[in-house]
Amino acid sequence: MHEETVYDALTAAHGDDARWAFGAGFDDPLAGVDTTVPDRVEPADLGAYCLMLGDDALVLSQRLIEWITRAPELEEEVAFANVALDLLGQARLLLARAGSVGVLGRSRERAGASIPDEDALAYFRDPDEFRCTALVVADGGDFARTLVRLLMASTWRLALFTQLQSSRDPVLAAIAGKGVAELSYHRSHAARWVLRLGDGTAESHRRAQAAVDFLWPLTADLFTPTEVEARLAPAGVAVDPGRLREEVHGVLTDVLTRATLTVPEWPASAPPTGRLGQHDPGRSEELTDLLAGLQGLARRHPGATW
Amino acid sequence: MPAPTLTRADAADETALQEHFDATIAAEHRIEPRDWMPEGYRKTLVRQIAQHAHSEIIGMQPEGDWLLAAPSLRRKAILLAKVQDEAGHGLYLYSATETLGADRADLTDKLIEGRQKYSSIFNYPTLTYADVGVIGWLVDGAAICNQVPLCRSSYGPYARAMIRICKEESFHQRQGYELLLTMMRGTGEQQAMVQDAVDRWWWPSLMMFGPPDTESPNSAQSMAWGIKRHSNDELRQRYVDMTVPQAEFLGVTLPDPELELDPETGRYRFGAIDWEEFKRVLAGNGPRNAERIARRRAARDDGAWVLAAATAYAEKHS
Amino acid sequence: MTDVTAEGGRNTPSSPPLAGSGRPPGRGRRDWPLYEVFVRGKRGLNHVHVGSLHAPDDEMAVHAARDLYTRRNEGVSIWVVRSTDITASSPDEKDALFAPSGDKVYRHPTFYEIPEDVPHI
Repeated sequence: MHEETVYDALTAAHGDDARWAFGAGFDDPLAGVDTTVPDRVEPADLGAYCLMLGDDALVLSQRLIEWITRAPELEEEVAFANVALDLLGQARLLLARAGSVGVLGRSRERAGASIPDEDALAYFRDPDEFRCTALVVADGGDFARTLVRLLMASTWRLALFTQLQSSRDPVLAAIAGKGVAELSYHRSHAARWVLRLGDGTAESHRRAQAAVDFLWPLTADLFTPTEVEARLAPAGVAVDPGRLREEVHGVLTDVLTRATLTVPEWPASAPPTGRLGQHDPGRSEELTDLLAGLQGLARRHPGATW
Repeated sequence: MPAPTLTRADAADETALQEHFDATIAAEHRIEPRDWMPEGYRKTLVRQIAQHAHSEIIGMQPEGDWLLAAPSLRRKAILLAKVQDEAGHGLYLYSATETLGADRADLTDKLIEGRQKYSSIFNYPTLTYADVGVIGWLVDGAAICNQVPLCRSSYGPYARAMIRICKEESFHQRQGYELLLTMMRGTGEQQAMVQDAVDRWWWPSLMMFGPPDTESPNSAQSMAWGIKRHSNDELRQRYVDMTVPQAEFLGVTLPDPELELDPETGRYRFGAIDWEEFKRVLAGNGPRNAERIARRRAARDDGAWVLAAATAYAEKHS
Repeated sequence: MTDVTAEGGRNTPSSPPLAGSGRPPGRGRRDWPLYEVFVRGKRGLNHVHVGSLHAPDDEMAVHAARDLYTRRNEGVSIWVVRSTDITASSPDEKDALFAPSGDKVYRHPTFYEIPEDVPHI
């Protein structure tokens, strides 16, 4: 086959939609999905659970976006943007799901009627209404901390989404099914970098170990179920995060050990304060800053559509 | 199969090679990386493609400044995908320069040290979110006018990179125009933001086509080589003719009282461009020159330990 | 080797030797090696050269290629190879090896025409 004909096929074999990069589509994210709440489930519980998972994704996406135009190499700009787009896509679906079951709280009043649910929730909730964990909130720090955090967060989330694929809520199951492929890519990208930083130069080893030591205590609340999860897990809708502990510990221990890094003591389980909006003092300040950057423009123009 | 070495070509060979090169250009065939080419052709290409690559990479910054604050999640996703594309386009183009014997790290150094240029349009600040839309509509629109003919550049790797880039750019212009349409249907404040952004970006977008033909010394050779396909003024006129009806549809006023349709030619006449401003910005005195370069320098210098770590790991495990 | 779409083998007569074959030492800290990338666009097609990138090693190269050259899902398989590992035919063999080539008109698709009369993008 002629060289350029083959090349054409490479770029022209797709419909117009393919030109819109992942996660940038214009369609209603939940179009065509059955959004009926499963029986024996409180819509408020389901919505709260979606906010927990959605807020983690939104906040971590924002942390990765902070790197754009500042990454160490252009290939990493592209990689960070890919991961951030995936997480942003997950956040949009989960926030839209929370909205579809009526969990909007005060955000709807603040946002006005014309704003989509996902934006009312992302832009018009205050820090104490966000249900993300300390691990994703913490300031990004250097490249090492960013990649170690991505490893930890994506390992936890992949373990969770893998089980969530069999949720009785068809929307959560669909979101998890799509997310598993994305998260396994995020995890392997992060793991490849942690190996290279840990087993690279003396400087990169020092930075990677410092990142591990800083981030490790922030996993303390990841495996403690909230009351919402304690109700939804037996109902077959949510995943009990306590059941993820063994897999997450195993994967992280394995990667860190291969990266010649010291695995710290696992912290004792702590109450899931972030999930309840009761963010620890240091984290609360960081979250407030992050949300000011995220929400400022949208809040300055109430009633505007974009 | 005879395979005489060409590295010590004598004068007679050189003439034959030049004739073969000229015949290839004349026949509208492509020059490929291992073909013989005149040194001037190679240098001109490296300079032009590198400048284009630098523009893509620096061009991430004005819009990237709005990534964290994009006013809806959908707009955030669109803008992130777009800024990512710009990184990708920069990479495709650096890749093309490397087929000509250039080295990306060297080109980056030249950018940071001010020894190579990038499009001066990116030295203007993005003051409101309407700027994101106007960059997509006007700046990317102008870029497309410049770039579509380059898909037929005589140098194969450049032409192929441009084909890919132009396909992806169509999304960039569309998203910008669609944002502006949405804002023009929004609040009075939003409409004012759009008009303000158009007022600030219109003239710089006309300058993107470069100096007038009468003052563009290298153009003739570049056109003879098939590196350039149309003159600066020709492309600028094409852009104006394409854009005026779009502005009318959008409901904004282009800031040029002399802009009017010539009924005889069907083309638009427009006012004189302030070339002193163009030279000032190109010379590095634009509003954001220093900041744009400082960020590239910081990315290179602060990231050096990361690149060193990966290199060290590769050496240990190869 | 018939796949001459690769842009590798950079030692053209008019350009200086490149990475791995003569780059001055000392800059290596910042210079990850250059890889050529080949993508199979869909089943039934050959892998086609699409460009290059820099990566510290093979594994990172294949993943960076996935991020960069298939970020719109345009591929089902990727090859990467270090540019310095490609052996290419020399240009003067071309006519003998690949003649007749006069019928190979380069056709560039008019895939993207900007409408000139309506403000439709």
